[in-house]
Amino acid sequence: MGMKRVLPMALMLIVGWTANAAQTAPALDDEEADRAARWKDLQHALFGDRPVRDGSAWMGIDAPARALDAALVPVNLTVQGGTPIKGIYLVIDNNPGPLAGHFTFGPQADPHSLKLRVRVNAYTYIHAVAETRDDQLYAVARFVKAAGGCSAPAAGDAQQALQDLGHIKVRFMQPFVPGKPMQAQMMIRHPNFNGMQMDQTTRLYTPAMFIRTIDVSYNGAQVLHLDSDISLSSDPVINFGFIPPQKGQLKVSVRDTQDATFGQSFDVPAPAG
Amino acid sequence: MPQALKLRPQRTLSRREALAGGFGVLCSTLLATPGRPSQSALITEAVAPGIHIRRGVDADASFANGNAIANGGFVVGRNCVAVVDPGGSLDDGQRLRARIREVTRLPIRYVLMSHVHPDHIFGAGAFAQDRPQFVGHGRLPNAMAQRGEYYQRGLDAILGKGKSGPLVMPTRVVTERDQIDLGDRTLLLTAHGVAHSDCDLSVFDPATATLLPADLLFVERVPSLDGRLKGWQNELTGLKAIPAKRAVPGHGPVRVSWPAGARDLDRYLDVLLRETRAAVKQGMDISAAVASVGRSERGKWKLFDDYQGHNVTQAFKELEWE
Repeated sequence: MGMKRVLPMALMLIVGWTANAAQTAPALDDEEADRAARWKDLQHALFGDRPVRDGSAWMGIDAPARALDAALVPVNLTVQGGTPIKGIYLVIDNNPGPLAGHFTFGPQADPHSLKLRVRVNAYTYIHAVAETRDDQLYAVARFVKAAGGCSAPAAGDAQQALQDLGHIKVRFMQPFVPGKPMQAQMMIRHPNFNGMQMDQTTRLYTPAMFIRTIDVSYNGAQVLHLDSDISLSSDPVINFGFIPPQKGQLKVSVRDTQDATFGQSFDVPAPAG
Repeated sequence: MPQALKLRPQRTLSRREALAGGFGVLCSTLLATPGRPSQSALITEAVAPGIHIRRGVDADASFANGNAIANGGFVVGRNCVAVVDPGGSLDDGQRLRARIREVTRLPIRYVLMSHVHPDHIFGAGAFAQDRPQFVGHGRLPNAMAQRGEYYQRGLDAILGKGKSGPLVMPTRVVTERDQIDLGDRTLLLTAHGVAHSDCDLSVFDPATATLLPADLLFVERVPSLDGRLKGWQNELTGLKAIPAKRAVPGHGPVRVSWPAGARDLDRYLDVLLRETRAAVKQGMDISAAVASVGRSERGKWKLFDDYQGHNVTQAFKELEWE
């Protein structure tokens, strides 16, 4: 694993080629068997001998079947019903660092919907594993055709991310009603260099510099904690739910691999205008 | 002779190319020899006195088309020749060079590289023997350092190992404006802000009132956004003010009138901006925006379905920070 370089072809950045090159390679039976074996290995590595049950009755995972940009694959996770959720693991089976993120939910969270954007390095299953408060594990999966998202060079407008490093924005997607769940979107300016982009002049890899943790709290009470890894897209955007009991402040704190911290608080409800 | 117009009908060209490609598959599989006849001159059209442009095919890179998909060519002055985009592969560059030698014996002193995308610059290696100045945007060296090898691998996977061509770094960079003297005419070079890409270089030839904006101008083929949408609109506004009679799009016909030829691109970028901005405002996520933005443009552009989703994704990433 680690810094293994792959042949990136399908990332459609340019006039020049589309995903055509990746349109071969149907999911053959032995490939499916390999994928199942890989997931079994990952399960064991992450959860030991704990059983992981099928969660498709009440969990959902959505992502484009064929990614338009392998460095930015939107993934939407949904959880229905009232099962109390402790956290969600997002696993991109064939990425160099398969565990893309581990969300843990605090008392002010509404875990029913999460949206984020990830890098995908090869045709892969993406698994979401929910851990209930009584320590049961449930999984759903989605197959995504994308390649090269991890080692893909930065996009044409990449310098923006470094210029505004650590700038945080939060949008509230619904009006504030005390005690009712509310969706928020947080946006963080960070290049999230994963150490896999090579600088061809120096023959060195751009040093890894990516977000390690994100903490969100409301009036001091935890909403969510995210342990993230190299698979989060640059300029991460994450949608999540929280329950504000009364007016207050949503606080976002970010720490990256250089131990740089960025934080900002946002009034709820958002000031008009 | 330099003005000789040798444009082959597009359909014939494609079929010939397709046949050559098919034959190439056989050859390279069985005999491991190059499938496409190297050094045979490509066909150019004189879009203005001394400006010869090859029409790129409206397709993505394939073995059959050898990545000869962008418009490019050369400008002949009294003293020397400037190449304006050396082509999409080493072979494409060699065939361009062969064409130049059909037209003139003058030395090739400049190879202008319009931006980092492989369909425009991988032919540069064909001109190393001429020891020209390789001229690009100030940000081109960095863009090539970050992406060059990545593009090379991707293109090699399509054309065959080693077929894309060497990475030729610029030897002269333009940070704002510059000019090159061909004897009886001077080409004006402009390094643009982040637009189609982050390193777009345009060329204006006042002698013939011809603008060569490369991929800052797409006609008929759907634009591809790899820079900054609002930046592209800005740069296009500036380009439209240039007193050119005609322009040579990076993709599409080899010549359009100017600034009328920018009308479709203007409209496309405007629709992309307005509808993506509205999607962000409504709280749509990227997937929903991809499915809904710019559908009115479908049917107006070749390869629309191949690029629209990517363009919307790029625009969304930019505009959600407004």
